Amino acid sequence: MLNTDYPIHQLTDHLFRNESKKMIAVLTRIFGLENATTAEDVVQETLLQALNVWKFKGIPENPVAWLYRVAKNKAIDVIRKNKYSSAFDFSDQEKQLLTSEYTIAIAIDHFWQEDSIKDDLLRMMFACCHPDLSPENQITFILKILCSFSTAEIAKTFLCPEDTISKRLYRTKTFFRENKVQFEIPSVAEIKKRTGVVLNAIYLLFNEGYNSTHNEELVRKDLVEEALQLGKWLTEHPHTRLPEVFALMALMCFHTARNDGRLSPEGEIILLPMQDRTKWNTALIAEGNDYMNRAATGNEISAYHFEAAIAYEHCIAQTFNDTNWNRILELYEWLCRLSSSPISELNKAVAVMQVKGPEQAFAALEAIKDRKALESFYLYNGLLGELYFRLGNTEKAKHYLELSITQTRSEKEKKLLRQKINVLYN
Amino acid sequence: MKEYLLLFRGGNERSEPQTPEKRQQEMQRWMKWMGDLTQQGKFVGAQPLNSGGKVISGTKKVVTDGPFMEGKELLGGYLICKAENYEEAIEISNGCPILEFESGTVEVREIQDMNM
Repeated sequence: MLNTDYPIHQLTDHLFRNESKKMIAVLTRIFGLENATTAEDVVQETLLQALNVWKFKGIPENPVAWLYRVAKNKAIDVIRKNKYSSAFDFSDQEKQLLTSEYTIAIAIDHFWQEDSIKDDLLRMMFACCHPDLSPENQITFILKILCSFSTAEIAKTFLCPEDTISKRLYRTKTFFRENKVQFEIPSVAEIKKRTGVVLNAIYLLFNEGYNSTHNEELVRKDLVEEALQLGKWLTEHPHTRLPEVFALMALMCFHTARNDGRLSPEGEIILLPMQDRTKWNTALIAEGNDYMNRAATGNEISAYHFEAAIAYEHCIAQTFNDTNWNRILELYEWLCRLSSSPISELNKAVAVMQVKGPEQAFAALEAIKDRKALESFYLYNGLLGELYFRLGNTEKAKHYLELSITQTRSEKEKKLLRQKINVLYN
Repeated sequence: MKEYLLLFRGGNERSEPQTPEKRQQEMQRWMKWMGDLTQQGKFVGAQPLNSGGKVISGTKKVVTDGPFMEGKELLGGYLICKAENYEEAIEISNGCPILEFESGTVEVREIQDMNM
């Protein structure tokens, strides 16, 4: 029986996260992008109603259909109230019949077909990634609308105040309204550029799930699944089926495949050398391989191609000692030449450490142009700690590991870093 | 292109108890008819009307309940569409689901341009 809030939340969390983005996408298509807030409100009310009703009556046999029916009815109310409002535009051919009571109920059903929902989600992805929006605003909006993040969760992802996130969301909505941005899948001419931003957001989401920076749990499987799902939608549409999309999918599969080896039964982090590689998911590695093959078309190569190739090298090494670090370093060098970022340079330095030793790794770190940007990043100071440890400088190793502890919000990471410090004194 | 007002009367069999399937079928018929009009860019607007109402008359603006008339004379709804001429407006009207009923009528009226 569902008598308390707790179990029903557990049961509905996944369902709500999954369905709310679909409902928001469909409702945004109906109301227009300039009224995305109204779409969000309708979905919020629908979910609240579900919680209130299901708490007493239990979860219905087909909860998705229940949610859609309630959302449709609420949408009909919104349309009735606003059909002559200047803020709403129902003059499109496909929306005209929403304004007549003869046809509204059936017309609204037509917007809720499984196939058109998928297109609406893509339309939503591309609207969020309008080229005139700053990348921060784009990604913030995707996380909010398409990934059902709360403002607080996004704030933690970006490590900035909630207020900043609220302002970004507000600015984006104002932009949509003032520029009458269309809710559509971009033309073939634009699709490549615009898909790039969508991929960036998906990867960010994936990383938050794969290596949660703000959660008790290191891995948030729900977010990993979200990212894979968003990417999968891109692979399913003929316009967005691009090599870099497949490359990112491959990359995410290779990473996810190693998830079960990364954590002990108690949820503690196990470092790569100590991982039981038999726990890696061979099916996902095979799936990643398949994506990798499909990524190998066209003349251009993306950063995701290199990152996927690096992840692949880790996946195929039977033991840690079998890892082909030379190949990995080579791939990192290619990656940094293609798109240098402080993070990719930092990762390269790890490969340098494995291939050429700590002194060379120091040199690699010093060569990073935007090193300043890394100084507040726990992995950077964690690596410095590791390098000093390898050089036998206990004092400095401890200093940087302790600094690193203060820079991560993840309890699991903190614990791991503390263990490293303990090793220094044993 | 001119605009025409189509007034639907009768078909009062509709108000008798219906199964959900029959209701659904009838809605589908309106959907089909009006959907075709929107696709041709000829749809302007349409609404069904509740029975009953008020009538306000004359300079004294006397309000009475009504209009009370026989079902087949009762205005049940309207649609405004674009058409080249009466011929086309009638052709459009022929598809109206109200004409599925023996008592159903469609009155077609051309909207007047008020030239000053």
